[in-house]
Amino acid sequence: MEIFLFYIFGALAVAAAVLVVTQKNPIYSAIFLILTLFSVAVLFLLLNAQFVAAVQVLVYAGAIMILFLFAIMLLNIKYEEKVFSKRMNLKIVSIIISIILFFELTYVIFFREGLGIKGDLTPDVVAETGNVELVGKILYTKYLFPFEVASLVLLVAMIGVIVLAKRKF
Amino acid sequence: MEYLPTLYLLILFPLAGAVANGFLGKKFGDKFVSWVGCSVIGFSFLLSYIFLSKLISARPGTVYFQRLFFWIGAGDFNVEAGLTLDSLSAVMIMVVTGVGFMIHIYSVGYMHKDPGYARYFAYINLFVASMLILVLADSFLLMFVGWEGVGLCSYLLIVFWYEDKKNADAGKKAFIVNRIGDCGFLIGMLLIFAQFRSLDFGTVFTRAMELGIGNPIIVAITLLLFVGAVGKSAQLPLYVWLPDAMQGPTPVSSLIHAATMVTAGVYMIARCYILYLSAPLTMTIVAIVGVATAIFAATIGLVQNDIKRVLAYSTISQLGYMFLAVGVGAFSAGIFHLMTHAFFKGLLFLGAGSVIHGLAGEQDLRYMGGLKKYMPVTYWTFLVAVLAITGIPGFSGFFSKDEILWNAFSSPMGNSVLWLVGVATAGLTALYMFRLFYMTFLGSSRFKPEKEHRIHESPKIMTIPLVILGFFAAVGGWFGIPNKLGGSNRFAKFLEPSFELRKYIIRDTSNGEHSLSLEYILMFISIIVVLIGWSIVHQMYLKKTDIPLKIANVFSRSYKLLLNKYYVDEIYQAVIINPFIKISNIFWKAVDIKIVDGLVNGTANVFLSAGERLRKLQTGYIQEYALSLILGTVIIIGYFIFK
Amino acid sequence: MVPLDNYLILSGILFTIGVIGVLVRRNVIVIFMSIELMLNAVNLTFIAFSRYLNSIDGQIFVLMVMVVAAAEVAVGLALIIAVFRIKKTVNVDEINILKW
Repeated sequence: MEIFLFYIFGALAVAAAVLVVTQKNPIYSAIFLILTLFSVAVLFLLLNAQFVAAVQVLVYAGAIMILFLFAIMLLNIKYEEKVFSKRMNLKIVSIIISIILFFELTYVIFFREGLGIKGDLTPDVVAETGNVELVGKILYTKYLFPFEVASLVLLVAMIGVIVLAKRKF
Repeated sequence: MEYLPTLYLLILFPLAGAVANGFLGKKFGDKFVSWVGCSVIGFSFLLSYIFLSKLISARPGTVYFQRLFFWIGAGDFNVEAGLTLDSLSAVMIMVVTGVGFMIHIYSVGYMHKDPGYARYFAYINLFVASMLILVLADSFLLMFVGWEGVGLCSYLLIVFWYEDKKNADAGKKAFIVNRIGDCGFLIGMLLIFAQFRSLDFGTVFTRAMELGIGNPIIVAITLLLFVGAVGKSAQLPLYVWLPDAMQGPTPVSSLIHAATMVTAGVYMIARCYILYLSAPLTMTIVAIVGVATAIFAATIGLVQNDIKRVLAYSTISQLGYMFLAVGVGAFSAGIFHLMTHAFFKGLLFLGAGSVIHGLAGEQDLRYMGGLKKYMPVTYWTFLVAVLAITGIPGFSGFFSKDEILWNAFSSPMGNSVLWLVGVATAGLTALYMFRLFYMTFLGSSRFKPEKEHRIHESPKIMTIPLVILGFFAAVGGWFGIPNKLGGSNRFAKFLEPSFELRKYIIRDTSNGEHSLSLEYILMFISIIVVLIGWSIVHQMYLKKTDIPLKIANVFSRSYKLLLNKYYVDEIYQAVIINPFIKISNIFWKAVDIKIVDGLVNGTANVFLSAGERLRKLQTGYIQEYALSLILGTVIIIGYFIFK
Repeated sequence: MVPLDNYLILSGILFTIGVIGVLVRRNVIVIFMSIELMLNAVNLTFIAFSRYLNSIDGQIFVLMVMVVAAAEVAVGLALIIAVFRIKKTVNVDEINILKW
């Protein structure tokens, strides 16, 4: 059952991702990206990461993608006459290098030398307290400082965006 | 050894004064500068006095010290910055701050309304601070800091009126000649470290004692250090900078180029007396250089016409005496003369400054004369100083000079030749000093007409220091009245602990085998020589004033030789400086421009043309940059896979 | 249970698609979306490892990545709009004045 779901949503994610890159209209690209993100969210659920899956849907699919759509709408972009750049040989080189990268990644995945040290939070333990509570606990204890820094990053980004958007060039 | 945590205040005061005057002086005006400049030295002087009285009342042999901070640590090269105060440095700080204080006050009058007033006080405060570092240092390295500091201040003050090229040249000369000496000092210091693995005075001296007498390493070290002393204290053959240094303001000549800085070499040798006593060869050289300089400079002084130059040569000559003293192992006599010399030579320069001030800048003796009635205070104080320097009994110079001469004769390292030259120099000293005095203050007036009506006595702020210094020039010698004259030589007794290891190095066979009557005879000979000199001058310059000219004509060749200072400057110019310039020119045109510059420019050209070509890589297309990023990632991952 | 390798391969595929999108598309906004794709691929790896190593730290990393992604998207889109005001285009081939 689990492997079945994995293949369905994995395939869906890959197909949607390919469409993101190939669609002419950026609106369609955005829609397919949302589909990819949803599929990945399902995979997160399969991996027992309920909280992150929820955040994925809320933040990514909900907030970030809306931002994209707003940008597209504001810019009022027409279709691209040609999806890919004019300088074709450069694009071919790019694709070849990307494929080499993919093979390297697969090589590393298959010929890796062991994994890290295993923790003690097996799914049963997690199920006892609940995923959200665990994440919250660790976020406010062990990772308190990165958490604060993250809030600062968001604040700076917000101020920066306001400045950028307000200024008349 | 006793810890004294307030020792650094001595240096801190003048240093703070220098900073305050240097940075704030222009803003707050001359009044602020005068108060700050003088009061910091006054505080230092008070502190010196307190420390001195503490030292006197303490058990003999007490040494105060203060560790300041850990300074340099590199491998086994460790230097602590620390200060020590023993009787030797106590005498030095008293001289430096005491005479310095007088001269600071005097400067308030002398430098009045000078546009560089604040700058002047900043420099001179800095000088006092450096000099105090020099004498209080407890290691060669810290001493070298002070040594270089006073050299720098001397340079800055010689070129104080830098608008005039002559002054700038004089400053350069002083700086370069001093550098030659300092080079020797530096090498000596490195040699000390190579041999003893330390630069701390105590450690070095203890280890040097173990090496014994006559060790070639110690001879080399002491000779190199002596080269430094020769440069700083203007001895043969590096004395040439001092007469030119008179271009600076007169109080500076008084403080730096007469009373304190130039005596640093003597102090250094006295401080390192263990090293020097362990190197008899060096001691002989020191004594010979000293006595040769003494008579050499005295002969030049006979015929000079610039009031300050006569005094400059006299300073060189007197420094020669001090080196003679330390060269025969009579360290306390050398320091004694250093102190009395600081009083009377400081006073002589201040008096000369007062004369120059009163005559609106006139320095030529031929245009002076008869100043007695115009400047009574200057006249009387100058007279005291002249009596002191010539060694008229009762005045300070008599006791110190007599002690030097006696030691030159009787000490195990001395001999009758040194004594004889010393006495001859004493006679010459009487000649040129009284000549200077008669030409300036007595006889008929020979002023330039336009200056005559403006002649005036200097203001109180200048004459009061004269009077105070005059008092010390008169009685300063009474601290050290020798046994034979009914005194107890308290000065030597006070300094004794600083040289206490002397007796372990040389077997003191001195004075015992000489009879008391011999001492008296020698003393009388020198007094008589001086008195003869005085009477000759009295005849020549007051009664029969045409005689000097006749003598000059009869001995015209030797007169010219002396007037031109033995042509030493010209010889240096021809033998050292000109060839040096020629070689430099060759290096400049052939080596520097063609090879060095060519290399540098060639390197630059390579990068320029490479940049021209490589900048084409910057296309501005973001995706090409992104591609190179990914390519880099691929290569790095590939490296880890195939490694 | 699905083997870990499956997740990692899937993540690799998504990442490579993202890279290709960044390198070949002309529209800046789509390039941005491809970057999001890459980030998501990495997030998937984190979660997968978190699951297979019985540790929860990976999920925290994912949250941090999301924070950075959100900030980056906001600033990036603002920049795109600013550039668009001047150049009247979102085509990266035409935005190439940053050069010698």
